[in-house]
Amino acid sequence: MKLLPCILSAAVTTGLIITLNSKLLLPAPLGKLLSPQHGVWQNAENADATFNETFNFPQLKGKVNVYLDDRLVPHVFAEQENDAYFVQGYLHAKFRLWQMELQTHAAAGRASEIIGEKALTHDREFRRLGMVYAAEISLKEMQADPTTRASCDAYTAGVNAYISNITEAKLPIEYKLIGYQPEPWTNLKTALFLKYMSYDLAAHDDDIEMTNAKTYFSPADFDLLYPSKQDSLDPIIPKGTIYAAPKVLVKAPATADSVYFANKDLLVMQEEKPDPENGSNNWVAAGSKTKSGAPILCNDPHLGLNLPSLWFEMQLSTPNFNVYGATFPGAPSVIIGFNDNVAWGVTNGGRDVRDYYEIKFKDESRNEYWFDSAWKKTEFRTETIKIKDQADYIDKVAYTVFGPVMYDKTFSGSRITGNKYYAVRWKAHDPSKELLAFNMLNHAKNYADYLAAVTNMHTPGQNFAFAAKNGDIAMRTQGEWPAKWKGQGDFIMPGTDSSYMWQGMIPQDENPFQYNPERGFVSSANQKPADSTYPYYLGRNYPPYRGLIINRKLTAMSAITPQDMMAMQTSNYDVFAEMARPLFLKNIDEGKLDESGKKYLDLLKKWDLNNDINATGPTIFSVLWTCFDSVVLRDEFKKAPQVISHPFESSLLDGILRDSSYKFLDNIETSAKETLADDVTAAFKAATQQLKIEESKSHLTWAAFKATRINHLAKLEPFSRLNLPVGGGSHCINATKSDHGPSWRMIVSLTDKTEAWGVYPGGQSGNPGSRFYDNFVDQWVAGKYYPLWMMKAGEEKDGRIKWKMSFSN
Amino acid sequence: MKFIVSLVLIALLSVAACLYLPWWSIAFVAFIVSGLIPQQPGKSFLTGFISILLLWGSLSWYISSNNNHVLAHKVSILMFKTDSPFMLIGITAIIGALVAGFAALSGSYLRRS
Repeated sequence: MKLLPCILSAAVTTGLIITLNSKLLLPAPLGKLLSPQHGVWQNAENADATFNETFNFPQLKGKVNVYLDDRLVPHVFAEQENDAYFVQGYLHAKFRLWQMELQTHAAAGRASEIIGEKALTHDREFRRLGMVYAAEISLKEMQADPTTRASCDAYTAGVNAYISNITEAKLPIEYKLIGYQPEPWTNLKTALFLKYMSYDLAAHDDDIEMTNAKTYFSPADFDLLYPSKQDSLDPIIPKGTIYAAPKVLVKAPATADSVYFANKDLLVMQEEKPDPENGSNNWVAAGSKTKSGAPILCNDPHLGLNLPSLWFEMQLSTPNFNVYGATFPGAPSVIIGFNDNVAWGVTNGGRDVRDYYEIKFKDESRNEYWFDSAWKKTEFRTETIKIKDQADYIDKVAYTVFGPVMYDKTFSGSRITGNKYYAVRWKAHDPSKELLAFNMLNHAKNYADYLAAVTNMHTPGQNFAFAAKNGDIAMRTQGEWPAKWKGQGDFIMPGTDSSYMWQGMIPQDENPFQYNPERGFVSSANQKPADSTYPYYLGRNYPPYRGLIINRKLTAMSAITPQDMMAMQTSNYDVFAEMARPLFLKNIDEGKLDESGKKYLDLLKKWDLNNDINATGPTIFSVLWTCFDSVVLRDEFKKAPQVISHPFESSLLDGILRDSSYKFLDNIETSAKETLADDVTAAFKAATQQLKIEESKSHLTWAAFKATRINHLAKLEPFSRLNLPVGGGSHCINATKSDHGPSWRMIVSLTDKTEAWGVYPGGQSGNPGSRFYDNFVDQWVAGKYYPLWMMKAGEEKDGRIKWKMSFSN
Repeated sequence: MKFIVSLVLIALLSVAACLYLPWWSIAFVAFIVSGLIPQQPGKSFLTGFISILLLWGSLSWYISSNNNHVLAHKVSILMFKTDSPFMLIGITAIIGALVAGFAALSGSYLRRS
């Protein structure tokens, strides 16, 4: 009787299969993942893989040839413009599908669907900020414009042409590891991606932290700690520019002083925040300052550094234009780049376009709220959040005249709040035609075209640098920004009174700009766009230092070559340290230092102010500054609420440079009256202790201390690049920090035959098993560039072309 | 002879099945082949086990060496906290071998029952 052993061994086989196909007993479905014909092995791309392919898609109107060069940059030649977007979508999906879907899922507050309950707070926060609401409004705007609609429809069709033909074996490895499947792309997803960029670039606010700071400190101390004026400011549009009287006259509400500025609310909320340092540099040297006589445009947007990269490099060539540059997987067109006539680049505008209003509901039902002396009806938007392996979470979000009520007693980010309700007014809720702006820039031939293109860009506001073959250069601080009265939206505002609402938008022709200025260059580095003579309130949160050094360098330079610009773009010179170090060296009491302290002080003195990888000076300075900040301000902040703004480095430095008996130097916990010398010496002693620990770990050199890394988007360490030897820092033009920095470096010289260079810290393929996954990283780390090749028709036989894809209907 | 024929047949049919079916189709292949070509249960188990051990081992080794083991280095750290492509190849081979071995054993018993 062999039936029993038969049943037994069949049961063992079935048990093995179930175990190895699921995560029931093992942490991963090992059978599924390791099957050589299905699993991760299929993502191990042959080291000599070729990319020659022929496709037929009935959606295409004409032929499209794609020539892939030795860096896997596609040069797309399409007979019809919209076919180029179809192929752009196809290629983005082929090389970057997982990241496209991950970013749009995160934007839509759908991360819980993939990774489960741990993402619920993120999902609720994004839904309550109105990300999907904003994307839907954007989508309407996109669909209403025939150009944008046609390009998005073609792009979406291209992405879906790839998705619908994908096999399980060919899925990006992250789908296999996490265990889910891609869904079809839609134009809404493109809108969501753009809102994700708005979140990253135009959602930063400190309203809650600043409200607490205002409540905790006296008005005099508050002004000292959080000044709106920066002594070292060199604005984007230079001082002395004459501005006409404002067309939009804003009036502070009658109750502003009594109700708003004097309000003493303490809040205990904590928000998910975009990196406050999302900055960038761009500048253009006019022909008068360059060796060739042609303008040179430079741009390096600083963003979170990730693998796969945010950027994908490509050329789009159609009968209407020929453009090259960095594209966003998730959207059609080239975002930063150049065509046959012009070049452009962007930095973030960084103005505060996200404000909060305290709402008074009639009762817990939230059906009515008090507004302009009457009860007004609330609208509700039901957010259904799917959670992996769990029941859906239903969040009923109240919408007011200001926008969604983001925070209430059921939701406060990661902290507990009282029973108050806060609605968010965010500029990204308004329609914006950013895709049309980029589409028109791709077509632009001259300054007038550029101007017509960029004025479509409302949110996120960007400083658009421009240069043209005819020698024109320009800089425009572009966006649609609320006209605010001084101090409006710095703190939480009352939501019961329409006089606190944004009263209008700054007209487009009042946006500060420069066109062919006498000084022969334009530049921006996220500093304040204009000085105090600009007739609208600009807020207080701008980093001044990179702009300072860029303008100093450009002013001094002449007969500039592209190589000079490369050296400048990768410059590690720290202008903040240049201003702060003398303060330390002049005031320190050397006699009170031990042997190690004296050694570190000597190294600090000898430092050449460059944050180079093997220098010890930047490490010593950085630790010393942190200790100094703590010695000066710790006592004042000891009893302050936890959620509070910390004064900017520039505020502390300016304060002491202006007044060496700066009020906060005294430690209020001691009876003695501490001086600048006392604080500097105490800070140096504290820094010495920390530096000894760093030195024992061999972390005294800057690169080792800073440990720059490029994280995989799902933070899978083996797919990340860690401990990269990169110099620079927050206040250097090479603003590379630990996981944030120049995400795309580009230099374009607009000579008769355009010459351009660029590099980004990543690779064209999103597949960690491809040789093209991170092959640009080392070049980027070394501060080197690749020539950017604008291929011409007829160059198909060029040695740089390695593969060809043909698309036809 | 039966051993060799079964071994080759399981390997070939598994490759074909996995072109269209999920990975566990190797179990059906091993089950049917050992049901059709009678062998001692122990030998059947060994046939299935060795067949897929060699097939999955050599396939994954071939793919990985063509990839200069770039991905295997990363995935072995990710899954097993050990940087060893050959460990990943070995585990791949053993997993397939175990499933095919027990499936072949079941086929052999069924034939005898």
